[in-house]
Amino acid sequence: MTQVASFTIEHTQFLDPQGRRTQTPPAFAQDPQALIGLYKAMVLTRTFDAKAVALQRTGRLGTYASSLGQEAVPVGAAAAMRAEDVFLPSFREQGAQILRGVQMVEILLYWGGDERGSDFAGPREDFPICVPVGTHAPHAVGVARAFQLRGEARVAVCIFGDGATSRGDVYEAMNFAGVHRLPVVFVVNNNQWAISVPRTRQTAAETLAQKAVAAGIPGVQVDGNDVIAVRHVVAAAIERARADKGPTLVEALTYRLSDHTTADDAGRYRDDAEVSAHWKEEPIARLRQHLSDTGHWTKAEEEALITDCAARIEAAASEYLATPPLPPTAMFDHLYAVLPAALAEQRAELEEATEP
Amino acid sequence: MSETTLVEAVRLALARAMAEDETVLILGEDVGIDGGVFRATDGLMSRFGADRVMDTPLSESLFAGLAVGLGAQGFRPVVEYQFMGFIYPAVDQIVNHAGRLRNRTRGRLSCPMVIRAPYGGGIHAPEHHSESMEALFAHIPGIRVVIPSSPARAYGLLLAAIRDPDPVVFLEPKRIYRAPKEEVADDGVAAPLDLCFVVREGRDVTLVTWGAMIVETLAAADTLAAEGVEAEVIDVAALKPLDMATILSSVERTGRCVIVHEAPLSGGVGAEIAAGLADRGLVNLLAPVQRVAGYDTVMPLPRLETYYMPTEERILRTVRRVLAYA
Repeated sequence: MTQVASFTIEHTQFLDPQGRRTQTPPAFAQDPQALIGLYKAMVLTRTFDAKAVALQRTGRLGTYASSLGQEAVPVGAAAAMRAEDVFLPSFREQGAQILRGVQMVEILLYWGGDERGSDFAGPREDFPICVPVGTHAPHAVGVARAFQLRGEARVAVCIFGDGATSRGDVYEAMNFAGVHRLPVVFVVNNNQWAISVPRTRQTAAETLAQKAVAAGIPGVQVDGNDVIAVRHVVAAAIERARADKGPTLVEALTYRLSDHTTADDAGRYRDDAEVSAHWKEEPIARLRQHLSDTGHWTKAEEEALITDCAARIEAAASEYLATPPLPPTAMFDHLYAVLPAALAEQRAELEEATEP
Repeated sequence: MSETTLVEAVRLALARAMAEDETVLILGEDVGIDGGVFRATDGLMSRFGADRVMDTPLSESLFAGLAVGLGAQGFRPVVEYQFMGFIYPAVDQIVNHAGRLRNRTRGRLSCPMVIRAPYGGGIHAPEHHSESMEALFAHIPGIRVVIPSSPARAYGLLLAAIRDPDPVVFLEPKRIYRAPKEEVADDGVAAPLDLCFVVREGRDVTLVTWGAMIVETLAAADTLAAEGVEAEVIDVAALKPLDMATILSSVERTGRCVIVHEAPLSGGVGAEIAAGLADRGLVNLLAPVQRVAGYDTVMPLPRLETYYMPTEERILRTVRRVLAYA
C-alpha cells in the first residue's frame, strides 16, 4: 500500500480565554489602537444585537438572528477586507456589515420587513443578507470569477454557518473555486449549533476546515472567539487570494450563546450548563481583559464606549421606527427593469384598491 | 441565404451576442471543446476563448448561482443545461435569488442571465431527457420564460433574452432542433420578448401553442383549411410574462380557442391562458375553451412516448368538437 495523499489542519490562536497571549501577536496587533478598533466594533455589534432583540420582543421588529458570542467572526473577517472587496453574508454577520459601512438603520429596516434595508448606501457591491443556508456560496464564486476575468485584485468573502457545510452548494462552490483558483475566501462561523442540531450531528468530519481538502483548496481553523486570530488568518487568506494563489476555507470555532433567532427557544434542546461554560470563552471579555491587562483600556473608556454605542443605536432605532413603509405598489417597482404590461395591470389594481 | 436549423440559429445568436458584447459569457457542461451535447456552442470556444466559453464541473446548482454572482458584477452569463431533466437543482437559485435580486435590493443589484435548456419529448431519449416542465418556471416571479418554435424566432428571441436586463429561462424544443429549417438572417435583430406571434391567420378558430407542438398544430391547420375551416395559429413564445392581449384579440374574432401543449394538462400554462379567456374573453366565446395536452402521467419511456405526445389527430378531434357548437 502506498499513501497517495494526506492532510493536516492548522489551528491558530493568539489570545486564550483569559486574554493572555499564547504566542507572539501578528504585526497589526502590535498597535493597541488596532485592537481597540476591533474591540469597539464587537461591542457595537453586541449592543446592536441586544437592541434588535428588544425591538423584536416589543413587537417593533420581525424575527432577528443575534450574533451573541460570535462577534469576533464577522468583525475579524470584515476588518481583514479592503473596501473594494465584496462581502457576501449569511444572516448573522451584522458585525461585518456595520464595519463595512452598512448603516444600522438599514439592517433594522431589513429585519423590520422593508426591502430598502438591502439597498445599502455604503458598500454598493456587497450582497444582501442570504437566508437560504449556503446558497450564497455560488454567488461568491461568480463574483470572484468576475474579478478574475477583469484582472482586478479584489476578493470575495463569504460567511456561512456550520450547517451550511453540509450543503451541496458550499461544496460545489469550493470545488469550482479550486478548479479556477478564484479569489474567494469562505469563512465558516462554526457556532456549534444549526438551530437544534449540534455540530456532532452535522458531520462525522473531525473539523469543518477539512471539507476544503476534498475541493483541493487549503482549509484552516481559527479560534473564532479570538478576534486577533480571526483577523490575522482571514487576512492571510484574503491576501493569498488577491495574489492569485486561490481560495481558502477558514473555520472559525465559536459558540452561539443566543437562541438561533428570536423565533427559537434553545432551552428545548440544549443544557444551560453548556451555555454557561461557553460564556467563559466569549470574545469581548477576552479582548477587554487583554487590553486592560496591557494598560490600554480603562473603566472610563469602557463607560464612554457603552454610552456612545447606545446613543448611536438609539439614533438608528429611532430613524428606523420613524421610516414610513413604502407605498404598496413598491412591490412592483423593481421586479423587472421595466414592468411588463401584464404586471402593469396588477399594479394598477393594487393601486386602486389601496388608494387613500 | 441558406436554410438554418433551430440549433444552428441558437449558435448564430450566441456568436452574435458574444461578438457585440464582451460581457456575454457561456457556461455549462461540455460547452467548450465539445460544443455542447447538441452542438449549440460548437466552435464558440475556439472563437471567443476558454475564459468566455467555460466548461463547468457537474454542479447544476452552482452554474445558476455562479451566474447570479457574475450578473451582479455586470456580466451577462448564458448558462446551458444539457437537458431540462437536470435543471432542477438550479430552481433553488432561480426562485430564491435570480428572480429576487433586483427587487430585494431595490434595483441596487440585478442579474441579467439566460438559462438555456433543451426540453420536450419525441426523440426517443433516455429517462429524464424528455419532460416539458415549463409551467414550473412560468410560476416564478421576476424572471421571463421564453420558448422559440422556429429557427428565426430562436435567433431573435435568444438575442433579446441575452440583451434583456433580467433573468430569462430559455427552453429549446429539441424535437425541432434539426428540422424544419428556415432562412435566418444573422442581422442582430432581436424579437420582442413579451408578445405572441400570430404565425397563421384565420377567422374560425384560434389554436394557441408553443415549442415543438407548433408542427402538429400547423399540420392540423392545413388539414382544416382543406376542409374550409380557417384556423388562426398563435405561437405564445413568451410564456412569462404572458401576452394575453394578442390571444384575447384573436379569440374576439374567432370565438373559439384550442390550446395545445406537450406538458402535462393540470396546472399547465394552458390553464393560465384558459383562465385569461374566462376572465376577459368570455363574452366572445362561442364554445368552451379546450386543451390538448400531455397526460398527467410520468413521461413514458420511448416505447409509449408517442401515445403521450399530443398528435394532429387529437388536435383535429378537439377542434371539430369546438366547431360543433353553433
